[in-house]
Amino acid sequence: MNEQIVIPENEQYQELREFIAEHKNSKGALLNVLYKAQSLFGYLPREVQYFISRELHVPPSQILGVITFYHFFRTQPVGKYVINLCLGTACHVKGAADVLKAVCKELKIDVGETTEDRLFTLSTARCFGACGLAPTMMVNEEIYGRLTPLKVVNVIKGIRERELDR
Amino acid sequence: MRLARSHVLVSIDIESVASGAWEVLKRLKEEISRRGLLEEIKVLETGTLGVTGLGVVLAVYPERIYYGKVKPEDCPRIVEEHFLKGRPVQDLIIKEEVVRAVRRDLIGPMREQKRVVLENSGIIDPEKIEEYLARDGYTALEKALSLTPDEVIAEVKKSGLRGRGGAGFPTGIKWEGARKASAMEKFIICNADEGEPGTFKDRLILEGDPHKLIEGLIIAGYAVGARKGYIYIRGEYALSLHRMHKAIEDARKYGLLGEDILGSGFSFNLEIKEGAGAYVCGEETALMESLEGKRGNPRIKPPYPTVVGLFGSPTVINNVETLANIPAIIRKGADWFRTMGTESCPGTKVYTILGDVNFPGLIEVEMGTTLYEIIFGYGGGIKGGKKFKAALVGGAAGVFLPESLLNVRMDFDNLKQYKAVLGSGAILVMSQEASIPKMLHSVLYFFRHESCGQCSPCRSGTRELYRISGHLLERKGKAEDLNTMVKLSEALWYSSLCPLGQSLIMPVKSALENFREEFLPLVQ
Ligand SMILES: Cc1cc2nc3c(=O)[nH]c(=O)nc-3n(C[C@H](O)[C@H](O)[C@H](O)COP(=O)(O)O)c2cc1C
Ligand code: SF4
Ligand code: FES
Repeated sequence: MNEQIVIPENEQYQELREFIAEHKNSKGALLNVLYKAQSLFGYLPREVQYFISRELHVPPSQILGVITFYHFFRTQPVGKYVINLCLGTACHVKGAADVLKAVCKELKIDVGETTEDRLFTLSTARCFGACGLAPTMMVNEEIYGRLTPLKVVNVIKGIRERELDR
Repeated sequence: MRLARSHVLVSIDIESVASGAWEVLKRLKEEISRRGLLEEIKVLETGTLGVTGLGVVLAVYPERIYYGKVKPEDCPRIVEEHFLKGRPVQDLIIKEEVVRAVRRDLIGPMREQKRVVLENSGIIDPEKIEEYLARDGYTALEKALSLTPDEVIAEVKKSGLRGRGGAGFPTGIKWEGARKASAMEKFIICNADEGEPGTFKDRLILEGDPHKLIEGLIIAGYAVGARKGYIYIRGEYALSLHRMHKAIEDARKYGLLGEDILGSGFSFNLEIKEGAGAYVCGEETALMESLEGKRGNPRIKPPYPTVVGLFGSPTVINNVETLANIPAIIRKGADWFRTMGTESCPGTKVYTILGDVNFPGLIEVEMGTTLYEIIFGYGGGIKGGKKFKAALVGGAAGVFLPESLLNVRMDFDNLKQYKAVLGSGAILVMSQEASIPKMLHSVLYFFRHESCGQCSPCRSGTRELYRISGHLLERKGKAEDLNTMVKLSEALWYSSLCPLGQSLIMPVKSALENFREEFLPLVQ
């Protein structure tokens, strides 16, 4: 690495440092630390990865390896609302593909992308175990079911309006 | 305090919460209190009532009336008409057949469901340990601790219980393997990473009866000689995570977890780990890698986890449903367990029935129940009076079964004769209108996406299969493509490192063999 990575000193890093110190000696701490870091920063940029590497004494390559393995971890900032559309078999049978098309069209982005206003990120997922409601999606923590192209567009519009009212 | 006249059970699960269950619960309580009925009508939160697709569901006992699609604004009516005046609100009542399909043990004599694993789900408040205790909870633990670990293992072996996580490995033999391994430290893991599409049986146990699982885990720990257990729950299961955390805390307060449990000298602790969203982490050795804080790449077996498992120590890993069977086996004995199910697969099995059936949902029935009974008896037959075409049994890595196999008795061994698997117990039903090539494409998409990429046959093979099947759907395929797909899946079967790559052969071959006539027009 030739390029210099500067790690700022602020409250978030301080909190992460304390968390790491606490968990350093427990086996398999890396995943817990990454969870914590993502909850603090929203995503895991390079600085954070290097910071963890230094504090936890784990090589950066190993950290990146773990991050890229799991769907949950992100290296790019995401929108305020992360839409996770289920493409599991039960949802597929109930028309998830059409719902996905409608979302892409409404947000004018593809899967994996974020809207310009940083409001929405679109991603897809496997079964949430809520197949009785198929097709389903999760917007942040909340689950929506029985989606149709029309209904999903209304959900998105509803969120946009709520945001405008703020 | 007066004895309550009626109990209202409100199902709180992912589905009902998405439909507004918390709001209904709040409003219901307000209305009941406003009408001064607090002493008479008791409102209880419970896990799912087993009815799916009908929004917020309430069950009123002793009348045994089920209300569905309940909205907060319906609550005043229900309270006023039903609880005050004794006239159930007809337009909200769920048709009796629907309820029968899911809970025949409670309603009507038709064909009974045998509930072992789900005996308390939808009946007790899962957040109150006292309610579990009141239903003989933790008496199996007490009994187990009065036996020697070898006696506990002998009982589990005698029961013939086989793992419900997919492979059907005899649980007692697994435990014995780990018990006999000599090591300073041993572990128990509960696999609650449930990721098979169309499966949510484990979630219902985690949400509906968390203490049953904890009791099973402590008994397993005692039998094997482990002092520490992990529950690996998939991160998306927020309610399950919350309820398990609460249950562990409560069990600790009662001295059921921790040092010197019930004065027996045996100490055991449990820790919950959250999965980070990778299907392959459900595979047992990948799950251990993940617990160790690494990428969830499956390990080469042997050595098996019972010898070299988590952190290199002997480890028993069991599915949620498997462990939830343990308390009843210890409490009521192996002979009782063997009265249910088939000779080689005793006990019950929980299935999720989804797709084009009238009553989608979850059932627990004896092993050996036929697919026909499950789909047409419990599932209420095909929606809209259409014809049955196929059932994808066992999840994405399952088999497309045609009509001619509807009479197969469902257990691990019988299905094997038809090159099929019980898998996670997911049954996805397709009517005459469904397209098998499209379904197969969706299954292949899933595998392509979830292949962990560690070994090249699976990494490249899943891509290639997906590409070919896409070509077929676009009508760009050639006649030999169908054979290529079968050959590729066979190559994966022989050369992949873990069952994820190996098992693709099942959907691919069964679709192409049993439904060949649907593929032929695509390559002409
Ligand atoms: C790709 C893959 C995913 C799996 N997912 C799960 C799962 O989500 N839950 C589970 O209990 N077993 C799963 N298994 C099976 C486990 O590897 C293991 O056999 C099981 O947890 C053993 O428990 P049992 O003996 O109680 O069945 C999966 C296997 C594979 C190959
Ligand atoms: S078979 Fe597939 S999932 Fe299994 S180890 Fe190989 S690449 Fe990973
Ligand atoms: S397949 Fe979409 S929630 Fe299960």
